[in-house]
Amino acid sequence: MTASRSRVHHVTRRCAVRLAPLALVACTGFQSALDPKGPRAEAVARLHWTLTAIATVVYVVVIGVLLFALWRAHTRTPVAEEHAYHENPDHAAVMKRGVIIGAVATTVILATFLVVSVSTGSTVAKVGGDKPLRIDVVGHQWWWEVTYRDPIPQNEVKTANEIHVPVGRAVLIKMSSSDVIHSFWAPNLSGKKDLIPGHETITWFRADAAGVYRGQCAEFCGHQHAQMAFFVVAESRLDFEHWLDQQRGEAKRPADSLQQAGERVFLSGPCAMCHTIAGTGAGGNIGPDLTHLASRRTIAAGTLPLTTGNLAGWILDPQTIKPGVKMPPTQIDPQSLQALLAYLGSLK
Amino acid sequence: MAHSQALPMRDDVPEPPPLIPVDTENDVRAKLSASWKENSGFYGWLTSTNHKSIAKRYVVTAIIFLILGGIEAAMMRAQLSRPENRFIGPDLYNQIFTMHGSTMMFLFAVPVMEAVGLYLVPLMIGTRNVAFPRLNALGYWMYLGGGVLLYAAFFMNTGPDAGWFSYVPLAGPQYSPGKRVDIWAQMITFTEIAALIGAVEIVTTVFKLRAPGMSLNRIPLFVWAQVITSFMIIFALPAIVVSSTMLATDRLIDTHFFNPAEGGDALLWQHLFWFFGHPEVYIIFLPALGMVSSVVETFTQRRIFGYPAMLLSMVSTAFLGFGLWVHHMFATPLPQLGQSFFTAASSAISIPSGVQIFCWIATIWSGRPRFTTSFMFVIGFFLLFIIGGLTGVMIASVPYDLQVHDTFFIVAHFHYVLIGGAVFPLWAGFYLWFPKLTGRILSERLGKWNFWLFFIGMNVTFFPMHVLGLMGMPRRIYTYPPEMGWGSLNMLSSIGAVLIATSALVFVINVLRSLRGGSPAGDNPWNAPTLEWATSSPPPGYNFLFIPVVEGRDPLWDAPHDELSVVTGLRTDRHEGLVTSIMDAIPEHRYEFKKETILPLLLAVFGGGTIVIAIFTPWGVTIGAILSFVILAAWFWPTISPDHDTPVVWREP
Repeated sequence: MTASRSRVHHVTRRCAVRLAPLALVACTGFQSALDPKGPRAEAVARLHWTLTAIATVVYVVVIGVLLFALWRAHTRTPVAEEHAYHENPDHAAVMKRGVIIGAVATTVILATFLVVSVSTGSTVAKVGGDKPLRIDVVGHQWWWEVTYRDPIPQNEVKTANEIHVPVGRAVLIKMSSSDVIHSFWAPNLSGKKDLIPGHETITWFRADAAGVYRGQCAEFCGHQHAQMAFFVVAESRLDFEHWLDQQRGEAKRPADSLQQAGERVFLSGPCAMCHTIAGTGAGGNIGPDLTHLASRRTIAAGTLPLTTGNLAGWILDPQTIKPGVKMPPTQIDPQSLQALLAYLGSLK
Repeated sequence: MAHSQALPMRDDVPEPPPLIPVDTENDVRAKLSASWKENSGFYGWLTSTNHKSIAKRYVVTAIIFLILGGIEAAMMRAQLSRPENRFIGPDLYNQIFTMHGSTMMFLFAVPVMEAVGLYLVPLMIGTRNVAFPRLNALGYWMYLGGGVLLYAAFFMNTGPDAGWFSYVPLAGPQYSPGKRVDIWAQMITFTEIAALIGAVEIVTTVFKLRAPGMSLNRIPLFVWAQVITSFMIIFALPAIVVSSTMLATDRLIDTHFFNPAEGGDALLWQHLFWFFGHPEVYIIFLPALGMVSSVVETFTQRRIFGYPAMLLSMVSTAFLGFGLWVHHMFATPLPQLGQSFFTAASSAISIPSGVQIFCWIATIWSGRPRFTTSFMFVIGFFLLFIIGGLTGVMIASVPYDLQVHDTFFIVAHFHYVLIGGAVFPLWAGFYLWFPKLTGRILSERLGKWNFWLFFIGMNVTFFPMHVLGLMGMPRRIYTYPPEMGWGSLNMLSSIGAVLIATSALVFVINVLRSLRGGSPAGDNPWNAPTLEWATSSPPPGYNFLFIPVVEGRDPLWDAPHDELSVVTGLRTDRHEGLVTSIMDAIPEHRYEFKKETILPLLLAVFGGGTIVIAIFTPWGVTIGAILSFVILAAWFWPTISPDHDTPVVWREP
């Protein structure tokens, strides 16, 4: 009883402080279709304002005509009795002309719309730039597995819920799903594309400004559909290469005895059943790869900023933070937890 | 009786026997009342086959489901009003939004539209009942069964939680173990049977039982809307019959239609579901257009301008409605050219909608509008539905849709379409026809409150959702972090929901008060043109003392001496109607409507039991099929009753 109450208290306190780190990236619209940061989103934002303008004009005109009709009919002196129930023949011609003009105008506007839409469609379909960066994304309930392919196998990089890309270079993403249908959507960069088991899908985007852009699953995928976010980190080519280098290869060896103890906890406990840490015996592939965990911004697919406190809360009781998540609660004594946190914190 | 003439009959009618005692009107009334009197008491309620009793039940049941669906919506709005709200967790939230969607689509919108049709169509075309009265009763019981199944399961924490669209593999056996999705699939089975029955009733009744003289070009637009909708149901429902059955067998007996690991395909479900699901929108929307026509005609006292254009628009909407389903799937891997075709079709469907709107505006322009609550709801329909239509065109664009698909923009769009385009006309219809159903007029003062609260609440609730969607808020999320910046608009939206709930309360109060104390309606309080206003309010069991004869498109306005010619000579000792030809409604022969019986209820119990027990064991199908067969044998047991005694005569007033 006491244990569980204190845990709840712990979770509440953590939630109160969790805003601070994320506020740094929470500039206006870091997940917004109206704040485009790449050519695809930009074309659609332009389309949005064009269509909204046309729609507003159409609405104002049609409603204006309706209000005029109501006002005219209301204020007019009653028509002669013989025309009761049926339109006056003089009026009928006017009405017919009105309806025909309306129908023709509708058709012309829609034809224009079709041209604008299809041309925008083919603009965004063409990959903007040659030699795109190739990334594989696999959707899982409820996190994103990200793989940077490389011709040399040991140069391949695996990470989760965070996609680093160089600014100005097109990124081609090959997607699939390990379980149910998900949808990949980072609105500042591009529209969405589904990840469908049994089908391979492809999308692309290019970030033209450095920044951290949030995305999240857009196709209902079960319990934690709401907390299946990811971040696209667009950085300079140099920073990106540096990051990629750092992500390559095996995990850092424990530097002190506390971290060594932590590694033992990880390898002997349940953690290793589901998670991989390259260079150790841990090779589970149910949860995210943790080889470079400490270099990420968040845990649990964008649910919490990565801090030692959040990580502790997550390890102890993931079901309170993200109910239904596949990760079970871990029974662990405080010393082992300290060691484990120290070890995981060292995995830059 | 000024003048009588024998009607041309297709059958060879024997010469009338020379000496028939002629009944007076009062004799006829007494005899009809006696033969159409329903069994009394609870048993009578269970056995009723009169279209009006059944349709009223349908409407009341649908409104109860509307209220339940509304409560679910309110709970979602409460949960989303603040970021990281802990009012309901993901498990319940997912059940609630699935229940909300399923309830509103399958248990409210489609049934209520059919129900209004089942009440009004026989009255509007001048006959005594629907073509197959017992089948009609079965339809209601099946519908009720589906609704009860869904809510019983929900209250036992077995409510479906994979969305009203039940996308596989999420809804498949692997990712939705337990019975939740089975309940959903079988609820669909119940309601699709009910919907198909309603459609068959309306098509047959309209094509074969119209009053003499009501040729195809004189059928009221509301009735046409019902017929066209019924055809859409007949063509669209098989897709969901097939797909929900495949889902059920995937889950219950390990078929692998949708399992990619065994050669099945997850996208197959989406194609089948939306091949039904998109026409479904028009199945809800077209009857509402019919209601708008009735209301505009009545409250402008002008015949609807452009009857052929209106009719052809509805028909083309129905056809185009079947060519749009892929616009729900733009984010799936489909070729770009193919998607463009669906963009074109999706935007083209707004042409017929536009034509209808222009015709109504023309009618209003030439008419003398009376700003009753009913008419206000139609003005609300214009103001709201056009917004939904315009955003509908925007999202028909593939690149645009890829940004807003599955976001709150879509939620805003389709609530403008469905509330603006279907619920507002429905409420206009309630205020128009309530006097006919009950004999009392709804209070106009409360009606105005009802309208304004609903209209303002609707906009406050749903307009901000357009912005939320563009700000990146996906649908079907139970929580969101505060730093997303969605909090204030969500709070505003939730406040709007309070206004809508208040409006609903005002409506319920209005109905309850007016039922007892509303001013008496008389036969035709609004001076409306269609035949349902030619009989008393509420109509007697047999609808019309004599079957009316129609001499124009607006029978009550076109009758030469303000009184209708009628048909006499139908038998009064049994439930008899007149079958007429499809094109010109020329009388063909007499027709006996089946009387009330308990069989539909029994079939619903055994057939419904089969559907429910099949969730738990395949043996349910075997046993249930045998029991249902026994009932069907009794149902179809031939009875012979003598025909033709008096000739059918057309009598002018």
